[in-house]
Amino acid sequence: MTEMDAESLRQVLFAALRPIAPEASPEEVRGDLPLRDQIDLDSMDFLHFVLALHDRLGIDIPESDYPQLTTIDAIVAYLQQRQRANG
Amino acid sequence: MIEFKLPSLGADMDKGTLLEWRVQPGDAVSKGQVVAVVDTTKAAVDVECWQEGNVHELLVGPGATVAVGTTLAVFREPGDTPEQLAGARARISAAAAAAAAPVAPAPAGGAPGLRPPAVAAAAERRVSPAARKRAQELGVDIDAVQGTGPHGAVSIADVERGAAAKTPAPADRARALRQTIAMAMARSKREIPHYYLAEEINLASAVEWLRRENERRPVTERLLLACLYLKAVALAARRHPALNGYFRDGEFRPSEAVHLGVAISLRGGGLIAPAIHDVDRLSLAELMRAMSDLVTRARAGSLRSSEMSDPTLTVTNLGEQSVDAVFGVIYPPQVALVGFGQVRERPAVVQGEIKPAQTVTASLSADHRASDGHDGALFLATVRELLQHPERLTP
Repeated sequence: MTEMDAESLRQVLFAALRPIAPEASPEEVRGDLPLRDQIDLDSMDFLHFVLALHDRLGIDIPESDYPQLTTIDAIVAYLQQRQRANG
Repeated sequence: MIEFKLPSLGADMDKGTLLEWRVQPGDAVSKGQVVAVVDTTKAAVDVECWQEGNVHELLVGPGATVAVGTTLAVFREPGDTPEQLAGARARISAAAAAAAAPVAPAPAGGAPGLRPPAVAAAAERRVSPAARKRAQELGVDIDAVQGTGPHGAVSIADVERGAAAKTPAPADRARALRQTIAMAMARSKREIPHYYLAEEINLASAVEWLRRENERRPVTERLLLACLYLKAVALAARRHPALNGYFRDGEFRPSEAVHLGVAISLRGGGLIAPAIHDVDRLSLAELMRAMSDLVTRARAGSLRSSEMSDPTLTVTNLGEQSVDAVFGVIYPPQVALVGFGQVRERPAVVQGEIKPAQTVTASLSADHRASDGHDGALFLATVRELLQHPERLTP
């Protein structure tokens, strides 16, 4: 897969979130604040989110990396780094 | 001949609104097939049929609100004679007419066609036959229509106004859901003498076991801790049947099967606790798939009638909301509810030394009519024992 820029990854990320937390709009969720403080995500939701990213980007995020996935900005940075590593 | 009736969709639901038929007259139906979709305050429920036959006649049309137990359709079985089917039809029409008796006559002569809803109507309220017919055509629950005629009589215009207002706004739906929960919980606290027990469980082994499992599993097969909770509760329920079953008609009947109700909070408020069937027999992978599917469908408002009607014991996990413990309200006619609080590092005494360890408080609310504290304590001890030896949770 060709490497996506940060803005495209952000869009993919919100598209992945939409079916799980329809209230999470790109306009309202701050990129620099913890995601789980802003939207009500339980572990099942989070797993579905990780699965959706896997479906859309082909990136399998191991559980041990979950602590890095705190904010939207951090997730985008993480995905970019994973894309570069895979590329 | 089979009378296909609206099944009970949980203790707190006594009626439902038919949204659509998934079969037509002449179609063959098999066991487990979804034949209709019925709306309740909690979800649109796929109603399954548990017998085999051919659809002979659909008796209720989309939009009608009917009571649990109402015959929705007649299915033909091999060997049924036309006389038997006609006889059944007449009997059902008579029953429907009796249910609607004080209000208006049943459709003349039991003529074929969809009959009006059989929910008991407000006493002495007059509904003109024409208005009733119009209500059928528009799929309006005649009992919900406010009459503006003399003595509250319902006219065609009233029915048409009712049809326009029929689609519930989200706020109405939330209110209806709140009322449904209120009724079930008030009944529980009125009728069930609850007792409560709690136990702190050291999860160090379970968390480590899960970490190793998930490391080797692809993301699509990853397990959640909740999956271990359910499996441990199911196995413990099999060992302690006094916590698993129903209290009905003044008597407790344990259930052979372990169908765990899973409390799922809905986005936008409210709660639903549909069942995963035979949890004690499922592998963790199967259980995880079932759980993931159930949560997704519950939140999308699409569940099956069998999931709504038969949980034998419910589990609620409020650990995500950072509470230490939950002392829940039992969902009647069940006799127990198991709760899990937040998993976090707490001081634990291991072999005489204080060490930080991941622990959780498991709690039990149980019906004292069906079991005593001693049974409950043994049950919780089994849950603890299993969670401390996660390898025992796999077949």
